[in-house]
Amino acid sequence: MVRAEYRPYFLLSPALISLALLLLAPVLFIFVYSFWLRAANGQDIPAFQFGNWITVGGDPFYWLALRETFKISAITTVICMLVGYPTAYFLARCRFNNKALLLFLLFLPFWISYIIRTFAWINVLGKSGFVNSVLLGIGIIDKPLSLLYNDFSVIMGLVYFQLPYMIINVYVSLDGIDRNLESAARTLGCTAWQTFREVTLPLSLPGLGAGSLLCFVLAAGSFVTPRLLGGTDTLFFSQLIYEAIISQLDWPTGSVLSLMLLLSLGIIVAVYNRFMSLSDIYRSFAK
Amino acid sequence: MSADRPDLGWNGLQLLTLCVYIFMFAPIIVVVLLAFNSARTGSFPMEGFSFVWFGKLFENASIMDAFQTSLVLAVTSSFLATAIGVMAAIALIRYSFKGKAVINNLLSLPLLMPEVVLGVALLMFLKFLEQPRSYMLLLLGHTILSLPYVVLVVQARLVGMRQHYEEAAMSLGANRLQTFFAVTLPLMAPAVLGGFLFAATLSFDNITATLFWKKPGIETVPTKIFAMLRTSISPEINALGAVMIVITVALPLVGGFVVRRFAKGK
Repeated sequence: MVRAEYRPYFLLSPALISLALLLLAPVLFIFVYSFWLRAANGQDIPAFQFGNWITVGGDPFYWLALRETFKISAITTVICMLVGYPTAYFLARCRFNNKALLLFLLFLPFWISYIIRTFAWINVLGKSGFVNSVLLGIGIIDKPLSLLYNDFSVIMGLVYFQLPYMIINVYVSLDGIDRNLESAARTLGCTAWQTFREVTLPLSLPGLGAGSLLCFVLAAGSFVTPRLLGGTDTLFFSQLIYEAIISQLDWPTGSVLSLMLLLSLGIIVAVYNRFMSLSDIYRSFAK
Repeated sequence: MSADRPDLGWNGLQLLTLCVYIFMFAPIIVVVLLAFNSARTGSFPMEGFSFVWFGKLFENASIMDAFQTSLVLAVTSSFLATAIGVMAAIALIRYSFKGKAVINNLLSLPLLMPEVVLGVALLMFLKFLEQPRSYMLLLLGHTILSLPYVVLVVQARLVGMRQHYEEAAMSLGANRLQTFFAVTLPLMAPAVLGGFLFAATLSFDNITATLFWKKPGIETVPTKIFAMLRTSISPEINALGAVMIVITVALPLVGGFVVRRFAKGK
């Protein structure tokens, strides 16, 4: 029998060992690999040199791709905030008897395969898709609109994927607000709008922050959505990583690119963690 | 409308929420609708109602293979993730020990890590160990991907569980192991089942990391769809999508029902 004080560590050991072997060691290994030398014959030779970093860092193309990725992710996040906050507010404050059902419905698409939810947008936005068919049918347009395979459709797909995350985060934090505070503000003479601005909004900021960080990080790391819904000129960083590793088998470059994405997102998460707590994010996953 | 509700145009909010729900469901409905379209193009206009694409689906051996691979992978990886995750969740909820906060954060780490990076990392590490891409890589990869979710979901369910029953069993003479199997495990069953279903869904859904890890020639359902989409949207994809939608929506519904029945039986 395991002694009582070691018991938690005993119970945790399978989880920690798999985490160390399957996550921490591999990520450290990318770091090591990024210094290796790529020989002319395609062999990778163990070395310690900064050639890969200098090549990638000196190429404005990669920085452009990183900027584009972050731009699209930021637009997605802002749309999710603007649409998600009012929706969460409505869900938190409405008086439906079956609020659980409303929340359940919101998360139903969540269970449906990511790739199906993504390609569904091809059916909706394509040349002979739903939107164009309807608009052509009622005669508003006489030529199909180009809604697909551009930044617009990528943002649509990302918003579609991230919006429930945003809504649930804001909902949890709105739901936790003591309603007496709002009543007190009203009694003390605040208008409804002032009450919202001075009491409700500040108290729900942790939820909004958690939802936004989650939206941004998940969007910036996404691969399938830009790949399926993006056009030829859509630049998404994870696509470059896939190209380098799977298509070109250029592993040293691939590792530098992976680390670039990981580090830049890590900085964003760290800055966020400096001001807000990450535990808010994890909590929403358990809902 | 009551006075304690800020008057921000409640009707506007209601309308927006309705639009969000339409936005969430419209694409799914479109896929299911098109699955029954008899036209050969897999897009609008609807020409007629037909089951023909579902029949084609079941005749397509490569899709059936992918289905089998996905299913086996989902069951095995979520079995592993649940076993490991439940142990960790018990430790985190039931004990206080040194380094708990750090371990908690560590276990949640994969949640915020871009899947592409995780995919690259594990693939490179295996190459370094001179292991070929294999089913094992997919199994271990999917396990580590769903582990943090299992830990969180099971933890959330365990928080509410009191220890009285276990203490009673122990004081009546059951040893620790007997107590665990006769009392703790049955009480935890809904939490364990919940974690398992969550992990299975995640594994069945996973595409990004799977694209890095799979051996050429082996396809799971999502990667198969991904490969099929390269050419064009065939009506078969819509039919496959419709089948998957029914399965993935039915699974949590049945799971939720079972869990509720469990809870009522107590």
